[in-house]
Amino acid sequence: MINGALINLFYLASSVLFIVGLKGLSHPRTAVRGNLLGAIGMLLAVIATFLHRDPLGNGPLQAIGLILAAVLVGSVLGALLALRIQMTAMPQMVALLNGFGGGASVLVAGAALLDVRAPSIHFMVATGLSGLIGAVTFWGSLVAFDKLQEFLLPGKPIHFPAQQIVNVAVGLASLAMIYWMVVGDGDTAVLAYWILVFLASIGGILLTIPIGGADMPVAIALLNSYSGLAGAATGFVLDNEVLIITGSLVGASGIILSQIMCKAMNRSLANVLMGNISEASAGPSADDVYAGRVKNASAEDIAMVLDGAQRVVIVPGYGLAVSQAQHAVRDLVNLLESRGTEVDFAIHPVAGRMPGHMNVLLAEADIAYDKLKEMDEINPSLQQADVAIVIGANDVVNPLARTDPTSPIAGMPILDVDKARTVVVIKRSLSPGFAGIPNPLFAADNTLMYFADGKKAIVDLIAAIKAN
Amino acid sequence: MESFAGALTVFVLAVFIGFEVINKVPPLLHTPLMSGSNAISGITVIGAMLSVATPDPLSTALGFVAIVLATINVVGGFLVTHRMLGMFKKKD
Repeated sequence: MINGALINLFYLASSVLFIVGLKGLSHPRTAVRGNLLGAIGMLLAVIATFLHRDPLGNGPLQAIGLILAAVLVGSVLGALLALRIQMTAMPQMVALLNGFGGGASVLVAGAALLDVRAPSIHFMVATGLSGLIGAVTFWGSLVAFDKLQEFLLPGKPIHFPAQQIVNVAVGLASLAMIYWMVVGDGDTAVLAYWILVFLASIGGILLTIPIGGADMPVAIALLNSYSGLAGAATGFVLDNEVLIITGSLVGASGIILSQIMCKAMNRSLANVLMGNISEASAGPSADDVYAGRVKNASAEDIAMVLDGAQRVVIVPGYGLAVSQAQHAVRDLVNLLESRGTEVDFAIHPVAGRMPGHMNVLLAEADIAYDKLKEMDEINPSLQQADVAIVIGANDVVNPLARTDPTSPIAGMPILDVDKARTVVVIKRSLSPGFAGIPNPLFAADNTLMYFADGKKAIVDLIAAIKAN
Repeated sequence: MESFAGALTVFVLAVFIGFEVINKVPPLLHTPLMSGSNAISGITVIGAMLSVATPDPLSTALGFVAIVLATINVVGGFLVTHRMLGMFKKKD
């Protein structure tokens, strides 16, 4: 059995393992080991808590049984989810996990409030913050999940009149509830807490519905951060340092990722959160850009262009994930390489629906990770590419970001595929991307448009190359 | 109040460590980073275990559900991260 002083040493060991584990994620070579170290840290913390003499070891047998049952149920559900999820649906999975983390914080803080005797002010404030952030995370994540799955809500931003005023009112009412928890007595505090959780739930929904589909990477990263902060707040409630440390690590991680995503879109976090992608009224219309200039190419035409190409760069976008084209793309890469062509991938930071989404999809298809190049790394060498193949990407290769200061995507860093000798764009239609603006790349002199579903296009292209 | 100041110290220092460590994670691994950090944020499970062990039945019930949610995070998070990381291979 473990006493109070000893358990803190176990928690310290867990915290160290978490930090070392996250450090392992700085390179694919050490990442698997890092993840395992994190898992060992978790196991250590759980076992130590389980053996803790006070209150668990001497506690009722019934509690031990309940804990084991709950752990078993959670483990089975978690394992099923982890083993069955498709890599294309990883954003949904991470959204759900964020939500569960937030939900757990709400419940643990709520339970602590029932058990507490003579609470201090900072206990009440921490409990209130746990409930507030946790409930926002839970409901926000469910909305994000729903939008990604396109289940009930559309992926598009949802706006209604006086949205900001309602948000501010809900926020102020939530703060009032925390104040009520601090000044009220025991029963009042419990009531105030659950009203707070209810208000925060509405807040979580309201904060996430205006965020559009292509902005989901930011939303998920931010919710990731919230789930960490909710955990840290719960750590303050329980006066438990391993919770505080872990929560702040996760909180920092989410904040960094949302910053990276915002920078990659040249938009402020506030702008993304309000779903304010500016209207495309100023720019040229689709007809002006495309009329008479778009060159339609067949698989055979493109096979001819690829014949003798020294260097090919493939730009994957969300369309690749939607059409599950990653395995077909791998076959194309192998075929091209067998003919002596050098093939690389150019990955934009916001390609896909979550940070790093494209890398996971391509790794799943057995494409070596040293072929996956970041934007800053590959941009200077794109002019030496013979062919750039864009699969289901749009705004992240739109040259208007460089040339038109009035464009809604002005200043957004893009992949300079227009500088390649020939550009092949595989896309179902000329429909605009999330920014809602036409893309002059599609009408450029060196661009061939190949209108088809991503996967079918690649399969046909492979057949055409082999027949050539 | 003393313990609160101590906890706050730990929080602030951990945020700094978080920024240092996470900034070194390449964009290549940002998705596993998110699922992996989800897994460790399931540490709330230890708080939930303590809630189950208290006499108040309502607190026990809340703790029970919290353990289920947090364990999904822990097991689902670590496992899916492991699955993903196994896919990242270098050119042979």
